[in-house]
Amino acid sequence: MHARLKAWAWQGAAVLAVALLATWFAHNLSANLAARGMEVDFSFLAARAGFDIPFRLVEWDSSYPYGWALYVSGVNTLLASALIIVLASALGLLLALMRLSGNPLAAGTARAVIELVRNTPQLVQIVFVYVAVLQVLPPMRNSITWFGGIFLNVRGLYLPSPSGTAYNWILAATVVAVLAAALLWRRLGLAAVPRLVVLPPVLLLGAVLAGFNAAWEYPVLRGFNFVGGTRVPPELLALVLGLGIYTSVFIAEIIRAAIAGIHRGQAEAARSLGLTAHQSMFLVILPQALRILIPPLTSQYLNIIKSTTLGAAIAYPEILQIFARTVLNQSGRAVEVMTLVLGVFLVVNLLTSAAMNAWNRRLMLQGR
Amino acid sequence: MQTLKDLLRRGALAAIAGGIAALFAGNVALAQLAPPPGPTVEAIKRRGTLNCGIDTGVPGFAAQDASGTWKGIDIDYCRALAVAILGDASKSKYTPTTAAARFTVLQSGEIDVLIRDSTLTFTRSTALGLDQVAVNFYAGQGFLVRKALGVSKAADLQGATICTVTGATLELNIADFARSTGARIGTLLFDKAEEAIAAMEAGRCDGYTDDSGSLAGMRSTLKVPADWMVLPELISKEPLGIHIRSGDPRWQKIVFWLDTMLKSAEEFGVTQANADQMKSSKDPFVLRLIGVEGDFGKMLGLDNDFFLRAVKTVGNYGEMYDRHFGPNALDLPRGLNNLWNKGGMHYTLPLR
Repeated sequence: MHARLKAWAWQGAAVLAVALLATWFAHNLSANLAARGMEVDFSFLAARAGFDIPFRLVEWDSSYPYGWALYVSGVNTLLASALIIVLASALGLLLALMRLSGNPLAAGTARAVIELVRNTPQLVQIVFVYVAVLQVLPPMRNSITWFGGIFLNVRGLYLPSPSGTAYNWILAATVVAVLAAALLWRRLGLAAVPRLVVLPPVLLLGAVLAGFNAAWEYPVLRGFNFVGGTRVPPELLALVLGLGIYTSVFIAEIIRAAIAGIHRGQAEAARSLGLTAHQSMFLVILPQALRILIPPLTSQYLNIIKSTTLGAAIAYPEILQIFARTVLNQSGRAVEVMTLVLGVFLVVNLLTSAAMNAWNRRLMLQGR
Repeated sequence: MQTLKDLLRRGALAAIAGGIAALFAGNVALAQLAPPPGPTVEAIKRRGTLNCGIDTGVPGFAAQDASGTWKGIDIDYCRALAVAILGDASKSKYTPTTAAARFTVLQSGEIDVLIRDSTLTFTRSTALGLDQVAVNFYAGQGFLVRKALGVSKAADLQGATICTVTGATLELNIADFARSTGARIGTLLFDKAEEAIAAMEAGRCDGYTDDSGSLAGMRSTLKVPADWMVLPELISKEPLGIHIRSGDPRWQKIVFWLDTMLKSAEEFGVTQANADQMKSSKDPFVLRLIGVEGDFGKMLGLDNDFFLRAVKTVGNYGEMYDRHFGPNALDLPRGLNNLWNKGGMHYTLPLR
C-alpha cells in the first residue's frame, strides 16, 4: 500500500512538473509575442501561396493556398517515407542474411558495408549520393532512352503517364477486388490456395488491362525540359537511396540480433524434419524472429519518417522545405507553421506505431 | 564610547544621504545631456561583443577568405557598429544565418542586428515584428544562365528550371514574374547558395537566380565563370538592408544614423585616410559628422567620437563598396548604389 502511494505521488509530481513547464512555455510565448505586437493566427493558411512546387503527386499551382501546400508537401514526405521503408527493410534483410550466411565473402562484404555506413553522418551520405547521382546521369539532350518513351537524364526519370476514365475505373476495381479478396480469403473458402501466389498476378493483369484502355501521354523534349508524362526527380532518388541505405544497416543488425535470439533448437528441429536451410530460415526462424524484431523495427521506421526532412538539403520538396521554410518565410508565422509541422509528424508517427503495434499483437496471439 | 558610536552613525547617515543626492543630481544631469542608449546597446556593452547576423557565404556581402576571416560590405557594417559602440571592431561576433533561419534568429534575440543582404518588405516589417532600419545595397533579382542555352532575356526562360535558395523573396518573385508574363519557370530550392550552385553546375538546373549583388558574388565562385552569363534585366526590386527587432527605438536611431553618416562621409569627402585631418575642415556638416561640433554622438547615447572611429576603421560607404564590389573585386558598376548626386539612390538625411 505504501509503495503504491509513493508511486502515485511520484506520478502526480511528474504530471505537475510537465504542466508547469508547458504553462511556462505558453506564458513565455504569449509575453514575447505581445512584446512584438504579434499574435497566434492560423488564417494565413487560406492566403494565396504564389510559389511553385517542383515535384508533386497531387494538384498544385501557385494560386493555391498555403494550407494546400501542407497537403502537397505532406504527400511528398509520405511518398519518400514509404519508398525508404520498403528499400531499407529489403536491403536490411539481405544484409542480415549475408552476414549470417557463413559464406566468408558475403559475410565480410555485409560487415564492411554495415560498418562503413553506420559510422558516417547521415546528411553527408545523402548529399554525397545526390551529387553522385547528378554526376552519373547524362545531360538532357543526351538522355538515355528506353522503348522510345522512357527517358533518364540529370533532370530525372521521365515516364509516359496513363490517364482516362476507363483506366481509372479498371485500376480502382482491380485494387478493391484484390484487397477484399486478401482480407476475406479464408471466408471465401480458399484457405488451401496460397494467397501470395494468386493475388499479385491478378493485380498485374488488372494493371495491364487498365494500361491498354488508357490514353498515354508521352514525355517530349520541348525547349529546356521534357513536357508531359510523369517525372521522378533525382532528388527523390537520392533521398530514397541515401536514407534507405543508411537505415538498412541498422535494420540488418536488428534482424541479425532477432535471428540470433531464436533458440538453436528451432533450427536443429527444422533440419531434422528434413527442411532445407532455405525452408528452415523462411518458414521456421524468420516468422519467430519477427516477434522480437518488430518493436525495434518500429523505432527505425519512425526515424525514417522524421529523417525525410533531410531532403530539404537536396531540394526535395517535402514538408520541412515547403512548409517550414518557404511558407514560414513568406507568411512570417513561425509559431503556427512549426506547430503544424510538429503536429503532422506526431500524427503520422503515432499512426505508424499504432499499425506496427497492432501487427505485433497479432503475431503474439498466434504464437504461444 | 557612546559618542563615538553616535558620531559614526551620524556620519554614515550623512554619507548615504549625500550619496543619494549625488546620484539623483547625476541622473538628472545625465538625463539632460546624454539619454541612455537603450536596452540593446546596454546589453552589448555588458556583454562586450556585438552579435551580428550575416550571410553564410556570398562574396561581396559576407564570405570567408583563405585565412578564415569574414570579408564583405555587411561585415564592414558590423565592424563599424562594433567600433562605434565598443571602441573595438574586433568585438563584432558573426553568426552566419541561412535565408530560412535569419529572422527567427533575430526575433529570438540571439543577434543584435541582422545585416545579411536581406530585402526589406512589407511582410517582414509587419508580420515578423522587425524594424527595417536602412538600405545598404540596392539590388534587383537577376539570372545567371549557361551561355550555351542561347538565352538573351528573362522572358526566354520559358520552361526552364532555376536553382535558388529557399526562404527568400526570390522564389516568390519568379512566381510573380511567371504569372505576369505567362512564362513557366520551375524552381529548385536549396538551403544554401553553394549547394544550389553545385546542382546548377552539374546540369540539374538551367540557371541560378539571386539579387544582382549576390549574383556577381556567386559567379566569382564558379568553376568556369566564362561558361556563364548574367542576364541584363532584373525582375524585381531588392532593397537589401538592415533589420533589428522592434521595440528599441534608441537602437534603431543609432543604426540608422550610422548608416546615414557612412554615406554622408562619402558625400563630404571624409575618408578612412583623411578623417583626422578633416577636424580642421571649415564645413560645419563635416565638423558635425566627425564629432568636433554638436553633440550628435551624445544625443544617440554614445560618445561624440563614435563616427570618427567607425570611418577610420571601415572608410566611407564608397570605400566599402569599392573594396568589395569595385573593379578590383567583383567589378559590379555602382549604378543605383551611387550617391544621389552621381545618379544613384543614396540620398541621406541632413546632419543638423
